[in-house]
Amino acid sequence: MKFGVVVFPGSNCDHDAYHVISKHVGQPVDFIWHRDTDLSSYDAVIIPGGFSYGDYLRAGALARFSPVMTSLQRFAAQGKFVLGVCNGFQILCEAGLLPVALIRNRDLHFICDYVRVRVESSATPYTHELTPGSVLRLPIAHAEGNYVCDDTTLAELQRNDQIIFRYCDDQGEVTAAANPNGSRDNIAGICNRTRNVLGLMPHPERACEELLGSSDGREIFRSLAGTLALATA
Amino acid sequence: MAMKARVYVTLKAGVLDPQGKAIQHSVELLGFSGVADIRQGKYFEIAIDASLSEAEARESANRMAREVLSNPIIEDYRVEMEA
Repeated sequence: MKFGVVVFPGSNCDHDAYHVISKHVGQPVDFIWHRDTDLSSYDAVIIPGGFSYGDYLRAGALARFSPVMTSLQRFAAQGKFVLGVCNGFQILCEAGLLPVALIRNRDLHFICDYVRVRVESSATPYTHELTPGSVLRLPIAHAEGNYVCDDTTLAELQRNDQIIFRYCDDQGEVTAAANPNGSRDNIAGICNRTRNVLGLMPHPERACEELLGSSDGREIFRSLAGTLALATA
Repeated sequence: MAMKARVYVTLKAGVLDPQGKAIQHSVELLGFSGVADIRQGKYFEIAIDASLSEAEARESANRMAREVLSNPIIEDYRVEMEA
């Protein structure tokens, strides 16, 4: 199994993602420059956090036009795995690989903090080793993490079990007070209909070592590696 | 004929605009009354050279607005052309 981490001008969590795959997942991983278009050797691609193109125009809007994104559309359509973290989530929304968009935080501030998210579904390649209802402690660092969608889209997401992570309190209760950025329905992460594309605002790749404050993010990468081990066996 | 396209991009009605709300709050703190709502948007000026006809320039500006300058899922756009 082979992982790729896409690097846009302005990506800044690319090395974190690379480190986690090589050290904690123990699998081969390459950086993929955003002008590269050959993804044929990869089983999973991570779109990392950062400020691609300086977040000019809208967060993630300009990265969508990078050459790698056309290949990524095909890659995702083939059922291969795409994980977008933070700016990566924003890019996947702009590219139409995940529904709707992330706008400015409710209180306008850039938020850099630890939050808790509840695992809402284990029926994804990224969460199958997690228990629904379990709580992860993960860092967030964003100004545009406020997930918006209309009532119809929200109902569809709920009906199709596409809401994978929701902001919650220490006890795992999804409350308004535990919502850091105003996201609709406390949404912190969603997947696409076919469940191979996942985007989330919290940073699991920054939470894989106790030394850094939390290792709760590891299970997401281990779940994905477990899925790939079966798929590529 | 060289033309200028003015493109206005605004969040759709119904999409929360936290920046507009904060600006409205500040305006009210300053004592302005009667402000029912403030929505923040973006404004672009695109200079188009004489190689395109007026119709082509208009079509091109509309496509730019739709495909790049706005996110049509959450934003509306309006294009004005000026000779």
